Amino acid sequence: MSQVATMHPGVEPAESPLTPESWGKLGMWIFLVGDAMGFGTLLAGYGAMRYGSADWPSPYEYLGISLTAFMTFLLICSSVTMVKALEAIKLERPGHVKLFLSLTILGGATFLGLQAYEWTHLIQGGLKIYGNPWGASLFGTTFFIITGFHGAHVTGGVIYLSTMLAVVSRSGNTARNYMLTEIAGLYWHFVDLVWIMVFTFIYLL
Amino acid sequence: MAATHAGPSYMTIFWWLFALTIVEVGVIFMPLAKAVIAILLIAMAISKASLVAMYFMHLRFERLTLGLIAITPLFLGTLLVFLLVPDHSAVPHKTSDAVKIAPVAGHK
Repeated sequence: MSQVATMHPGVEPAESPLTPESWGKLGMWIFLVGDAMGFGTLLAGYGAMRYGSADWPSPYEYLGISLTAFMTFLLICSSVTMVKALEAIKLERPGHVKLFLSLTILGGATFLGLQAYEWTHLIQGGLKIYGNPWGASLFGTTFFIITGFHGAHVTGGVIYLSTMLAVVSRSGNTARNYMLTEIAGLYWHFVDLVWIMVFTFIYLL
Repeated sequence: MAATHAGPSYMTIFWWLFALTIVEVGVIFMPLAKAVIAILLIAMAISKASLVAMYFMHLRFERLTLGLIAITPLFLGTLLVFLLVPDHSAVPHKTSDAVKIAPVAGHK
């Protein structure tokens, strides 16, 4: 084992070449790279359809950015509480671990609630997946597919983190739980990272 | 457990992300050319995404090879945009009135 691997009590028997402390971490990174390609393809396709259209509506005029700017802030806050939860495991503060994980879950759940509110408002205003009153029909199609795909990831993240909260609550601050929480954190920060791109490309540009 | 990472605190990264988000929202209302606004917004989005990846996802402290793997989608995404340039420059089309939906009272 490498020097890094021997420093980690929770290290697995056969070390991973890129993430010596865990194969799971490498697995999560590979999954995230694949997932990022999915989002990248959606956003590139969005760009092609938008610039090939002469009557694409100005997103910020119709979608409204006050609420989504707040949703962005909320996801950034939840990323901070996620790293704080990980830090609390390292500092062996079980109360703080549960508190910060719960706040992260709450942030994700609130984000989903606000997205449901936003979708409802927009659908009532005429934005449908097949058309809208303001211009290119693909405006609604791309909006719902991209924000919906991201929303599905947030939903998965909330379920994943709730499971992690149960695991950490039951078995405490172990080296294994540190690693599992770090891997779950990678997924959650990725969801935040993708939203940063979605917010810029779908709402602001 | 894990080795201690030297670098800016998580709260410092948070304030940078917060500030960049506010600037992003402000930029779209500035009297600048659309292309300039687009460049500024994309630059800020990439900066924010990099901060999240480097510090929250600890990529800054991982091996270089993992970092190279992690930025692969950015290169492939950029390549895809260039591959789609022929579509960008195609004759712009307008949505036919048939698929337009009548506006609802009270909404823009």
